[in-house]
Amino acid sequence: MSDAPKSLLAVDVRTKKRNAAEARFKAYGLGAIIVAVLALAILITSVFGTGLSAFRQTFITIEVPLPEAKLDKSGVRDLSVMKKVTTIGYKPLLRNGLLAAIDEAGITTDLSKKDIAKLISKEAPATVRNFVLANPDAIGGSMVFDLLANGRIDGFFKDRVTMESAALDDNTSPEALKLARDLKEAGIIQTKLNWGFLFAPDASDQRPEAAGLGVAILGSLYMMIVVLVLALPIGVAASVYLEEFAPRNRLTDIIEVNISNLAAVPSIVYGILGLAIFINFMEFNQSSPLVGGLVLALMTLPTIIISTRASLKSVPPSIRDAALGIGASKMQSVFHHVLPLAAPGILTGTIIGLAQALGETAPLLLIGMVAFVREYPAAYTPDAGLFGEASTALPVQIFNWTQRADPGFVERASGAIIVLLVFLLVMNTIAIILRRKFERRW
Amino acid sequence: MSFQKTTVSALAISLISTAAIARDNVQVAGSSTVLPYAAIVAEAFGENFDFPTPVIESGGSSAGLKRFCEGVGEKTIDIANASRAIKEKEIKKCAEAGVTNIIEVRIGYDGIVFASDINGNGFTFTPQDWYLALAAELPKDGAMVVNQNTSWASVNTAFADQPISAFIPGTKHGTREVFEEKVILEGCEASGAMAQILEINGGDHDAAESTCMAIRTDGRSVDIDGDYTETLARIQADANGIGVFGLAFYENNTDKLQVATMSGVVPTTESIAAGDYPVSRPLYFYIKADHIGVVPGVKEFAEFFVSDDMAGPDGPLAEYGLVSDPALAEVQGAVMNEVLMGK
Repeated sequence: MSDAPKSLLAVDVRTKKRNAAEARFKAYGLGAIIVAVLALAILITSVFGTGLSAFRQTFITIEVPLPEAKLDKSGVRDLSVMKKVTTIGYKPLLRNGLLAAIDEAGITTDLSKKDIAKLISKEAPATVRNFVLANPDAIGGSMVFDLLANGRIDGFFKDRVTMESAALDDNTSPEALKLARDLKEAGIIQTKLNWGFLFAPDASDQRPEAAGLGVAILGSLYMMIVVLVLALPIGVAASVYLEEFAPRNRLTDIIEVNISNLAAVPSIVYGILGLAIFINFMEFNQSSPLVGGLVLALMTLPTIIISTRASLKSVPPSIRDAALGIGASKMQSVFHHVLPLAAPGILTGTIIGLAQALGETAPLLLIGMVAFVREYPAAYTPDAGLFGEASTALPVQIFNWTQRADPGFVERASGAIIVLLVFLLVMNTIAIILRRKFERRW
Repeated sequence: MSFQKTTVSALAISLISTAAIARDNVQVAGSSTVLPYAAIVAEAFGENFDFPTPVIESGGSSAGLKRFCEGVGEKTIDIANASRAIKEKEIKKCAEAGVTNIIEVRIGYDGIVFASDINGNGFTFTPQDWYLALAAELPKDGAMVVNQNTSWASVNTAFADQPISAFIPGTKHGTREVFEEKVILEGCEASGAMAQILEINGGDHDAAESTCMAIRTDGRSVDIDGDYTETLARIQADANGIGVFGLAFYENNTDKLQVATMSGVVPTTESIAAGDYPVSRPLYFYIKADHIGVVPGVKEFAEFFVSDDMAGPDGPLAEYGLVSDPALAEVQGAVMNEVLMGK
């Protein structure tokens, strides 16, 4: 080509171009990773920033008088009579208890008695009433209670509510916040760990401070049990047959393509199917974890089948050949040798499928699980059957809370997201550990 | 191994088939506007009575009434919440499925308010302003022309020069219907546009009404298909935005929103109860009378819902934003005596 001798050290134009292209590609890759990491970081910080405070709650510790004249006029401690005193009747007792505590601490305030009573959550009278009905002997004396503080007061100690915002807010006032600050200094109000967020049931729009995930976690747990019990055996049986026994022909090809397609079907479609088959045709209960679990099991099946088949495929043919060679039947070779070797992969696929099902909201919208449910669902009752009582689920509860008007529910929704993320993280970690520990490579 | 597997699957199938059908809790579904009120009542009901807390689903008035009309029996819901009255069509559908005994209960009124960012300009609207701001086409010199208003100042010279940016409920919401009828149509008539449109189209009243209520689609008005939290988020992102909210939602967010007056009246539970504030609507729930005495707690729940302790002017529902029904005593009587619709 050219006549002059070329130094090997001098980089020619084409090499330069190729090197530049490589450098550019590396930069793109790095850029893509940075964008992804940044997005994740923003998501995590915003969720944790608003949600972590849901795990702490403000409580008011006061001594509540339990006068017989108010709670049990008859004096015979007959439960059916005592139940006639509703939570509305308990309200003044709490107010009196708080007023006495304020007096005792020597705090002065311009607030009216009615506004002072608003410091206490609307959930609190139910707490006291339940205690009294469970312990009728306590009537006549008084009892120290840790009562939930109103959501606005709670927000004040979590910096969600400020003096400026309170001045504009119809539901609280700067004076109320000032009183709350004084009470905190006197030790009557504390902010502490809130187990209720994990174990209490949902609460109505007026009591964001009392809302918890108890029913949702229980509902999700029941659904996962249904999914596991149904999807794992069916999925494994289907894939063992398809992979080891089924003849290769057009029919099995069609089945195979369909399974892959099913894995990509939008989850809402399974919800429509569930509504039509399980509720309208088979007449299972609306809103029940049974129906939710069945729908999610259908949704998880393709994932389990695909991962099971992949792990069956990865078992080398020499294992089967050796088993068959020493006289084992086809079934013995599969169940004694192939399946145990494929088990870690199957488990990993199942756990990932379960994790996917746990975070699924769309199909549950259609089968009535987006509901206000306060009763803990029982696993079995003769009336409702197995997993037949109404419940919600974790992702649905998040969806529900984001729709509520009270700003306190923003914190709750983010807190619920954290709980869901922790569950998913734990499940995925188990999957990874199982794979690392038991997977064999050939 | 294989034996275990078959046993497990067989067990699973047999367990599932044992699911029986009876239930002991009241099931409610319907309007998302009524949902928070129903939840408040259900919570207090569960606390104070020996019945389990009712399960309340949302999904919209139409969806709730559709499920209500599916038939009688434990598989169907007991109560449907609705932010509008049941339609003739729906009553007929109910009757076809055997739901002939319906009790209609009006729980109170809901105000629809117009609110903007707390740090922005304040407004004193009349329906006419909204019509001129949001109509798709306005009559001009004997013909319909595309709405050219881009600033609130061009709608009403008293307003600040702020670009028109409205967030209104999407068409699937019952609130949209009220907004169109009580604000846009009103404004159309008040501004004299109605008369002009009738002149242009030759006196076709129905066509004129739908011309009036056609909302512009050039991006100045955004339909919100989600809920009020979405409208609030949009307004916080766009300081010029003005949104349509329920009174209850506004009252829970007064630190972020300022409310506009309508025809000079500030929306409050009092002004709506007195009938001064023009944009409001009644809220209902419908009870399947055949379920009373079959599903435990249906009647007790309904009675508790409309009791003075709950739905009265000093009750928790009013505190949350419901405008108490001045004729609540009549409603209570109707529920107590199980007065059926149309009988």
